[in-house]
Amino acid sequence: MRISERWLREWLNPSADTAELCRRYVMAGLEVEAAPALSESLSGIVVARIESIVPHPQADKLRVCTVNAGDGKTLQIVCGAANARAGMLAPLAQVGTKMPGGMEIKQAALRGVDSAGMLCSAKELGLAEKSDGLLELDGSAKPGTPFADYLKLDDQVMTFEFTPNRGDCLSIAGLAREAAAIFGLPFSPPEIPAAPVKSTRRQAVEIENLALCPGYAGRVIEDINPQARTPDWMREKLRRSGVRCIHPVVDITNHVMLELGQPMHAFDCAKLTGTVRVRTAKAGETLTLLNEQTLALTSELLIADDRAPLALAGVMGGAGSGVTAATQDVFLESACFAPAAVAGTGRRHKLHSDAIYRYERGVDPALQKRALERCTNLVLDICGGAAGPVTFAGREPDVVQVRLRHARLNQLLGHAVQAADAESLLKRVVTKLEAKGAGEWLATVPSWRYDLRIEADLIEEVARLQGYDRIPGKPYRADLTPANLPETQKTTRQAREHLIARGWHEAVTYSFVDPKIQSVLTNEAPIVLDNPIAETMSVMRTTLWSGLIPAWLHNAQRQQKRVRLFELGASYVRSGETIVETPRLAGIAAGPVLPEQWGTKVRDTDFFDIKADLQSMLPADVQFVKAGHGALHPGQTAQIICRGQAVGWLGVLHPRITQVLDLPQSPVVFELDWARVREAGLPHALPVSEFPNSRRDLALVLKEEVEASAVLDCARRAAGVHLSEAILFDVFRGGSLPKGFKSMALGLIFQDNSRTLADHEVEAAAQAVAADLQNKLGASLRT
Amino acid sequence: MSESIESLLQQAQTQVSAAADLRALEQLRVDWLGKKGRITELLKTLGALPADQRKAYGEQVNRAKDQVGGWLDVRKTQLSDAELNARLSSECIDVTLPGRGEGRGSLHPVTRVIDRIGTLFGQLGFETVEGPEIEDDFHNFAALNMPEDHPARAGQDTFYVGNAARLLRTQTSPVQIRTMETRKPPIRIVCPGRVYRRDFDRTHSPMFHQVEGLYVAENVSFSDLKYDLMTFLKRFFEREVEVRFRPSYFPFTEPSAEVDIRDEHGRWLEVLGCGVVHPSVFKAVGIDPERYSGYAFGMGVERFAMLRYGVDDLRRFYENDLRFLGQFK
Repeated sequence: MRISERWLREWLNPSADTAELCRRYVMAGLEVEAAPALSESLSGIVVARIESIVPHPQADKLRVCTVNAGDGKTLQIVCGAANARAGMLAPLAQVGTKMPGGMEIKQAALRGVDSAGMLCSAKELGLAEKSDGLLELDGSAKPGTPFADYLKLDDQVMTFEFTPNRGDCLSIAGLAREAAAIFGLPFSPPEIPAAPVKSTRRQAVEIENLALCPGYAGRVIEDINPQARTPDWMREKLRRSGVRCIHPVVDITNHVMLELGQPMHAFDCAKLTGTVRVRTAKAGETLTLLNEQTLALTSELLIADDRAPLALAGVMGGAGSGVTAATQDVFLESACFAPAAVAGTGRRHKLHSDAIYRYERGVDPALQKRALERCTNLVLDICGGAAGPVTFAGREPDVVQVRLRHARLNQLLGHAVQAADAESLLKRVVTKLEAKGAGEWLATVPSWRYDLRIEADLIEEVARLQGYDRIPGKPYRADLTPANLPETQKTTRQAREHLIARGWHEAVTYSFVDPKIQSVLTNEAPIVLDNPIAETMSVMRTTLWSGLIPAWLHNAQRQQKRVRLFELGASYVRSGETIVETPRLAGIAAGPVLPEQWGTKVRDTDFFDIKADLQSMLPADVQFVKAGHGALHPGQTAQIICRGQAVGWLGVLHPRITQVLDLPQSPVVFELDWARVREAGLPHALPVSEFPNSRRDLALVLKEEVEASAVLDCARRAAGVHLSEAILFDVFRGGSLPKGFKSMALGLIFQDNSRTLADHEVEAAAQAVAADLQNKLGASLRT
Repeated sequence: MSESIESLLQQAQTQVSAAADLRALEQLRVDWLGKKGRITELLKTLGALPADQRKAYGEQVNRAKDQVGGWLDVRKTQLSDAELNARLSSECIDVTLPGRGEGRGSLHPVTRVIDRIGTLFGQLGFETVEGPEIEDDFHNFAALNMPEDHPARAGQDTFYVGNAARLLRTQTSPVQIRTMETRKPPIRIVCPGRVYRRDFDRTHSPMFHQVEGLYVAENVSFSDLKYDLMTFLKRFFEREVEVRFRPSYFPFTEPSAEVDIRDEHGRWLEVLGCGVVHPSVFKAVGIDPERYSGYAFGMGVERFAMLRYGVDDLRRFYENDLRFLGQFK
């Protein structure tokens, strides 16, 4: 909300300057910044009256005005504005004036006629974004008055941002009241006299639901002057609050809203039939709003007459029932709608208005009649007419009382506030404060403070009026049991550091992904967002690859040939009625196996490079088993098994997917179920032998389909108790080997803890291995 | 005879100093001092001498032997030093060439900040707790004193799933609720994680990260909150940061505060929100608000990362551009 500082100071004028005033508001919980009402000086511009006006002899669109610029100065000014007319008052930029924007006004001849200045529009003065013709001023303005003085432009616009609890501050009156509490000043708002009642005309009003509309005040004003004009002082206040002038009656209702915080509405009496009713919409009803939007109604709170809905209560007026230039009689509405009545409506129809903003936060339920009188007085002053009696439907607001215990105050703030101090601070904001026995008060809360309902609310009032900076910090002393992770459980931090040390970069991708990409990777039905921000972010990921593949592409498209990205985060799937979030560790790798460097052979990353990264991180007994996964290359895919449980996948992306997703190559990807691989087991130390070991190497020829793990398993089983290690140190194909066969070189290392093994023992063990490999796996020995 | 030894020694000395390498030198040792060496041969003539000369001559030959031996040793040291020097200079490398092998990856700045926040609060006795990201209305809103029509909900445009049966949590506070449902005070926890709001522009990301904290025990006060947060902020920024607590509003705390820090240009920057736990929150989780009190706080991880590492665009955090990530080694 924006308001003029001058306007605020008309209500309460603390001795603080603008900066200090703002600071005090901020430190009391109201965010505010001030900026000059007008950024540029308007010196040289004065109020002037067009005394007479004649056509320009040479130009159709120009006219020649004789202008009274005050102090007996009469000037001839050529003017192109269509609204210029004799008797009109407007701002005049005299010769020598520098206009906002830099242009200097010079004595000039326009199409052969001398012109001694320029009559100005609001836009030319920087007062409006756009304008139509000269800025017309009140008839009472005095020619020669410096324009900036006339409009009191030496002012600051204060822009407030309110927290939702402070609906009571959404007006000049509320902000002045708040400033009085902050500065500890007395505050007495101006008296509002009851407007003279000169007509007997009444408009009947009924409220169907008092919970949603606890009060509705209204009155008719007959015979307003259709020629009436909103006075400049009001125009300026509205302008500084960013409110457009529309019609004097509408402007007045806006003015009252800004001044007192009561949203108001004016109906054209000619468009009302029968009783004005506050009721809930019936399904099937429609309403076209002031903003031309037509709504299909369901259960909104409405203002309606006997025929049809007129307005969305507390939200926006209807297009067909508002005041227009032709309106003669108006019906003014000053109502209190409950926050619940407007919040849902505004959200459902995505409507924003000053009225919703205020009702949603709570409008003072005791304000309606006073605001109506204020509005009536202004209408009578500005538009004339005869006011009828006030019609009121509704109930008087409840009196709210809240208890405060002194001990609780001190306990929650953590420091001692003297009872007298607490009382004096609270008295600034509550209507009545009674002492109830020892160390306890009963506060009567003013009707406008919706946010004071419980003890903690009063404690906050004391704290904030005293200043949060007055509360000292207190070092903690807590009786806590320290939490501790088991040693065998690897932390996410260790896993991250591990991968980072091996050249991986951590990524953070969105949890919602593109279904077009994800559906290619997996058949699993994703959780779909009801209201995604974009189609490409519309389903929850079931695999982290859905985000990592685009992240890799982002880099590949930026000349990053070598990519190694990993992410630790959840995947989300539905399982019956529940949603399962599984923490996963996933990665994607593509491009050269090493960063570009000298002295190493360049080759692309393959399955085994990434397998080594995983093996170095995972428990030693993890197995990689040949298996099939829809997203992965059928010949280059391993399922990862940890203590009998499937815990993840490693493989090369299926070439078909590479093609469908239009990827530059097939990356190597992995994904692990983090919770199932983080258990590492406690190390158990075995004795280290003091005696030399013996090694025997076997060169084997095997059928292509015999897996390395089978060879190693077989060797380990056959080698006997002295085998300490079996190493597969070479694999090759081709050469003299027949097609369909491969050669594997196996190193067997034997050792005993208590003695040096004899040659014949080692030889016998190696031969047993060779025999078993021959018998069980069809291996032949190469010599 | 003695002249003959003199001339032999002269010859030996000339040959030894002329030896070009260790192998030639070894040959000379054999030639002169070996079993059939020329000096050794002299000893064989000893028997032919008169008995009274034998001793003197023997000593003379032995001296000559020692002398030649000495020359050979000196020359050997010279030659092996030269040989080593030649090898060393041939093995000279350019030590400024880059090291080979794998480089170092990088930790995402968001994780880096979450780790750091977790560590700093860990030192203050907070335990890190995590919870689901797809939440229900009760844990994300209702239990946090935000009933259906609460205006604070309007400010948090929420992602829903399953026809609004569930939602993506808009804050990590539901983890606090879940913790209070299952544990008894004292509770001192921080809850880091992903949160979601339906907002996407230069300064808003539909997914971002928060760390929220909660302390519930007997006699917890605003004063405790101030101390813990000020300690944290000073440690996080590693300077005597100027901090101010400013009244604010959150449905789940009362009194509530925003915390600002002063930057190097003298401007106040909002860095976190906090307050004393609202009694309605305690009631929702079955904790007696008369016996226990608590405080809660919440901070945006990306905001801290931006302030700490000079990141100026929120979108960088989710692009995963290696040129950005690689800077966080």
